[in-house]
Amino acid sequence: MTDFLLELRSEEIPARMQAGARENLAKLFAAELAKAGLSAGEIVTYAGPRRLALIARGLPPATEAVSEEVKGPRASAPPQALEGFLRKTGLTREQLTERDGVLFAITEKPGRATAQVLAEAIPAIVRAFPWPKSMRWGAESASTESMRWVRPLHAIVALFGGEVVPFEVAGITSGNVTRGHRFHAPAEILLTGADTYVAQLRAAKVLVDQDERAAIIRARASALAAEAGLELVEDEGLVAENAGLTEWPVPLLGRFDEAFLEVPPEVIQLTARVNQKYFVCRDGNGKLANAFVCTANIEATDGGAKIVEGNGKVLAARLSDARFFYETDLKAGLQNLGSKLGRLIFHEKLGDMGGKAERVAWIGRLLVEQSKIFSNGPKIEPLSTLSEGDQIRLIETAAKLSKNDLGSGMVGEFPELQGIMGGYYANAQGEDPQVADAIRNHYKPVGASDDVPNGPIAIAVSIADKLDTILAFFSIGEKPTGSKDPFGLRRAALGVIRTIIVNKLRFRLRDVLGQVQLPGLSVPDVDGVIAFFIDRLKVQQREAGVRHDLIDAVFALGGESDMVRLLSRVHALQAFVTTDDGTNLLAGYKRAANILKKEGVEGDQSWTAPTYTLEPAEADLIAALDAAEPKAAEAVRAEDFEAAMAALASLRAPIDRFFDDVTVNDADPAKRTARLALLARVRAAVHTVADFSRIEG
Amino acid sequence: MQTRNGTPEGPLSFQRMILTLHDYWSERGCVILQPYDMEMGAGTFHPATTLRALGPDSWNAAFVQPCRRPTDGRYGENPNRLQHYYQYQVILKPSPADLQDLYLGSLAAIGVDMTKHDIRFVEDDWESPTLGAWGLGWEVWCDGMEVTQFTYFQQMGGYDMKPVAGELTYGLERLAMYIQDVDNVYDLRFNDAGVSYGDVFLENEKQMSTWNFEIADTDTLFDAFRKAAAECERCLEAKLPIPAYEQAIKASHTFNLLQARGVISVAERQAYMGRVRDLAKGACGAWMDKNGWAA
Repeated sequence: MTDFLLELRSEEIPARMQAGARENLAKLFAAELAKAGLSAGEIVTYAGPRRLALIARGLPPATEAVSEEVKGPRASAPPQALEGFLRKTGLTREQLTERDGVLFAITEKPGRATAQVLAEAIPAIVRAFPWPKSMRWGAESASTESMRWVRPLHAIVALFGGEVVPFEVAGITSGNVTRGHRFHAPAEILLTGADTYVAQLRAAKVLVDQDERAAIIRARASALAAEAGLELVEDEGLVAENAGLTEWPVPLLGRFDEAFLEVPPEVIQLTARVNQKYFVCRDGNGKLANAFVCTANIEATDGGAKIVEGNGKVLAARLSDARFFYETDLKAGLQNLGSKLGRLIFHEKLGDMGGKAERVAWIGRLLVEQSKIFSNGPKIEPLSTLSEGDQIRLIETAAKLSKNDLGSGMVGEFPELQGIMGGYYANAQGEDPQVADAIRNHYKPVGASDDVPNGPIAIAVSIADKLDTILAFFSIGEKPTGSKDPFGLRRAALGVIRTIIVNKLRFRLRDVLGQVQLPGLSVPDVDGVIAFFIDRLKVQQREAGVRHDLIDAVFALGGESDMVRLLSRVHALQAFVTTDDGTNLLAGYKRAANILKKEGVEGDQSWTAPTYTLEPAEADLIAALDAAEPKAAEAVRAEDFEAAMAALASLRAPIDRFFDDVTVNDADPAKRTARLALLARVRAAVHTVADFSRIEG
Repeated sequence: MQTRNGTPEGPLSFQRMILTLHDYWSERGCVILQPYDMEMGAGTFHPATTLRALGPDSWNAAFVQPCRRPTDGRYGENPNRLQHYYQYQVILKPSPADLQDLYLGSLAAIGVDMTKHDIRFVEDDWESPTLGAWGLGWEVWCDGMEVTQFTYFQQMGGYDMKPVAGELTYGLERLAMYIQDVDNVYDLRFNDAGVSYGDVFLENEKQMSTWNFEIADTDTLFDAFRKAAAECERCLEAKLPIPAYEQAIKASHTFNLLQARGVISVAERQAYMGRVRDLAKGACGAWMDKNGWAA
């Protein structure tokens, strides 16, 4: 078994593309091996700014020889048949093998040297490599058909064992020569093989393993902060990005003028992170400190003094810009910043952001006044101190101010700070803290891992904002399709669902949606919007292991749109259908439902007790239904879905016995009718909990 | 203290830095051009970049181009922002294989010590909607500061580059501030005889900011835009791509001035940019035709 080393050395690969490139390289390489009937014991990939590498361990020296056998005519067949077969196979009669009177053409395909397979596979991979964006370069680019790579590709090392796998792709001849760190070790290095690759480059101040670079950045940045009596604000995204920007990462700690700490910490952190890719630090009290950690790519001869000084200057210039925006915005005030909303278009068919804010206020009022979103679930503090009138007043105030920060200089510079800046500016102009909190948090949750808003005013404004967005785009026919969701409607729906579930808000989404009429827009298709929400719920719950067919089974009963109740019923159902009772009841239910379907018995049937002499199993089932029906109905009313399932479970044995002992299709029409009605009762009883016909399996 | 050839030791003055870059690129076979005598927003607009980037012929040039960005004016009060500044532009076609090394050599020539400073190539894809151009490359960081835009042009005027040209755009003031270690652009030593950048340009920044933002007559500008666009089209009809391109440059700068005067709404902005793009593309197309190059 032999190891293979591939290194593709280029100009700087964007950090954000490196992980995907490793994945694609491994996938394409494995696919090319598979095509040749080869597989590696292990494939390891590395990516950094200037090289993408792969090591495949445990490759055989050659592919296995294959013997291909083609059956021909019988030896006794007429000469025409034989001639045809010889033509087809290109063989002569003497080369055929006879077995049991039948002729066979047997071709031995010898194994191919693995090196030869690789020499064809690598150029194919390089030519077809799926970079998110690629380019042409150099004299070769006189043709638009010239090779494309993410940035100019300079050299390819391909070593099988210690031997160069020879090939040429786009004017680059494979070899065993690489170079080390751009400044520390720019000279040529002769690589000896896969085993020594990492070590040879380490000696040339290149850490090829991205995980090792990330670990160094993580550890060293934390240690530097700790040495300064601070705590690093961890940021895995920054770790990965800096690991993608360096071959030899050297974290360095610098300071900035304490006066900049007047600027909100989010602004400082964002400026440092987005513009400069620096970490920030907290002091002992958890407050942002006037320190940053940048990651250099060299061991400077002065220990990094100049680098820290330079980076500090750049950060200071950035922060003084940010402070200028912050002060200008504060001077203008949140109210005045809103005067620009008329010029900010929400969507060309949906008016400006000022109009949107008004609609959010109105939907927020509906949520409290009509849908009573805070009345039926657990109390969310400080609701107990707020009358409904107070709630509505705060919600309307927050909603109307919620978009004003879009007119601020700071949000113009850093769109990610929308909401957050509004919160600061609301506080500064003396708004109620809950109003400021609502403005700050109403965009939440921004992603799947982001928190949902948890203050009542923020919850209402957040839900109202997202419902408005969804309804507005649905009303102009801009629904997400396939992978396209340009207005983030799926994310918005998911945000609403999570906010409702986490805060246990009890209301029917349908009630709110049914009341919303957006000025100047057609009435939204409420059923369509509800179905959209249910789809999102299924996707979201799939990760939590909840079955989508069970959501359908519960939703099918009257279009349940109280998300909390729906889920709690689904959870009980899922627990039940995996029990023995549940599986058997489902089987009994399906049998009953199939008979009813075949007989054309639909919907609820009126029930009158039969007058003929009941068979024991029949009588038992009626008795069981008499007992279970009221229990199940009561439990559903009390939202005790486990109890409802237990009531149904009591039907399992009587149903099984009924099917064993009783003939539904009796010759006596009276008995037949009565027994079908009994099965309809079974079906109806089960449907008090869920539409079992939607359950798969 | 003077060295033998009259250059003082220590960091280069602004003009000495330019002369050094001229020497460096001249020694590497570039045509050293003088600035184009028209107002433009970036060195990329210089016909030596746009038009010469098109077509199959080899072309290597370096030049300083004054850039006008009316909206960046700060009346001389901001230490980092100017409505008029200099770019050093190098264009090499086809892009040489050692372009990164050549570039780093130029940094070393103007006194950047790469054993003490952290030079990084950070992804930055370049696009000029008004030129119908795009390319891939980096912003080059020196200790976290962007000092150069490094681009492999892929398209210009809507045409694929055949072959690709490499473009280096150095922000001269930034680089000089870095090399001279000053925090305010007006404190830069312009030469080695006591003249500062402020001595040369401060009053200019004050007056031009006032004119850009407050005085420039918008009717005249609108009129100038229309006339430049019309003249561009006349030139295109007459199959004169170079004068047509000059009129496109004029229209582009006039549009920038109108923006600074705040008289172009968000909705109109796209339409104006589209108009300039059409003019520039038209000129590029006519240039291709004139030279008999296929798209």
